[in-house]
Amino acid sequence: MQTQTQPAQLVVDPPAVPTDRLVAVAAGGEVAAEVHDAVLRETPVLEIDRFNLWYGAKQALHRITMPVPHGKVTALVGPSGCGKSTLLRSVNRLNDLVQSVRITGDMRLSGDSIYDPRMDVIELRKRMGMVFQKPNPFPMSIYENVVYSLRIDGENSRAVLDEVCELSLRGAALWDEVKDRLHDSALGLSGGQQQRLCIARAIAAEPEVLLLDEPCSALDPIATGKVEDLIQELRGRYSVLIVTHNMQQASRTSDYTAFMYLGRLIEYGPTTEIFTKPILRETEAYVTGRFG
Amino acid sequence: MTKHIERQIEQLKERILRVGTLVEEAISKSITALINRDAHLAQRVMANDEEIDRMEVEVEEECLKVLALYQPVAADLRFVVAVLKINNDLERMGDLAKNIAKRVSQLAAGKPCELPAEIRTMAMKTQEMVKQCLDAVVNGDPTLARQVREEDDAVDLDRQKIRRRVLQGIKDDPDSVENLLRINSVSKHIERIADMATNIAEDVIYMAEGEIVRHRASD
Repeated sequence: MQTQTQPAQLVVDPPAVPTDRLVAVAAGGEVAAEVHDAVLRETPVLEIDRFNLWYGAKQALHRITMPVPHGKVTALVGPSGCGKSTLLRSVNRLNDLVQSVRITGDMRLSGDSIYDPRMDVIELRKRMGMVFQKPNPFPMSIYENVVYSLRIDGENSRAVLDEVCELSLRGAALWDEVKDRLHDSALGLSGGQQQRLCIARAIAAEPEVLLLDEPCSALDPIATGKVEDLIQELRGRYSVLIVTHNMQQASRTSDYTAFMYLGRLIEYGPTTEIFTKPILRETEAYVTGRFG
Repeated sequence: MTKHIERQIEQLKERILRVGTLVEEAISKSITALINRDAHLAQRVMANDEEIDRMEVEVEEECLKVLALYQPVAADLRFVVAVLKINNDLERMGDLAKNIAKRVSQLAAGKPCELPAEIRTMAMKTQEMVKQCLDAVVNGDPTLARQVREEDDAVDLDRQKIRRRVLQGIKDDPDSVENLLRINSVSKHIERIADMATNIAEDVIYMAEGEIVRHRASD
């Protein structure tokens, strides 16, 4: 019978960064994305279908196929240069403005081909809202900022504009802070308020999908908290696709997370899975900060 | 940040291993004390439990610190959560070793009695399970953890045999009832230690694979 125990030998391995896929990708190879079943069970609002994009000779996106679920918040994460912003900007064809861009594959918004040559890009962009890193309110009143998309569509009914303005500002959790100064300049708002105003302006047009490109990176922690709360409240009512560098922001605000690396989709699944037990060790290494 | 959390995780691993070593020692000594009716050794086991309790609190505080300061995710999160639970189970195992030691003191002070043969085999199996579950923690080894889960049934069977022997013993020799009840109690504590080792093994499987296997039959 064992009566005396020896202290077990402590094995302290340095956390290994799994490299198989990463090396393959870095060498220019293709890897199959690990897409969780839960994503495929959702009804997509946006379908990205074998999408490739080149800047001149350099390929920035490699055969990305991913459905973006309706009414959910989907986060795109990955190290700098992984293509997440490029992918986001491809959704509303902002990359059309870049001379050397060439694409193959397609994206479909509610079933309509985004890259169909007959697609009217202006009409397409009306179906989406986009919010950028830095708040970009127009140099006009808070009210006019919010109703801008309706004005350019020719809506002049005061009752309609007032209603949309209030609903959008409430939807962007800004109404209580600005209701008494709707006709003041939007440029007088704080950074966080300006960013929520931009979200209010985007949702006023009732977009089918809301694209957020690092919406909190220029904001202080309090303003960031408010925008994050807002993103959570948008869940269910809007389909949101958000690019973020901040892992905790992705984990706090999104329903689904897609991990990208060097232009490839590596793993895509429910945020709770990606941040507790991702399928791929590469994803685990990235979300735990072991690389990237 | 990354280096910091790695360092914290390593420190946590060292600390939980130290608690594990102390608990393993306490169990081993309590069994030796039982077999030899060694009241002196039993006293030492009881006295050492305070050290285990103190370290348990330290490990828990350390886990909370890592959660609050580093917000770990994925494997790191699973590790910290598993350590929190394993820490709790180890402390309970320490208490059970102390309880065995208490009964040993009473047995040593009472009239001489024979231990059922099964209590030795049960104790040996349980000690092996404890050792293996701690090895599984240190190496993050789900295969070894699964083996520990399977071994628990044999300990449960031994416990049932001892219980039947005790009941028969009480019928045969009612004067020995106090000692027999102490032996019954010891076997119950040993069985609980094996259950805790099983819990730890299940936490190791969660830590390594993200799968919660509790309340499920062994694979």
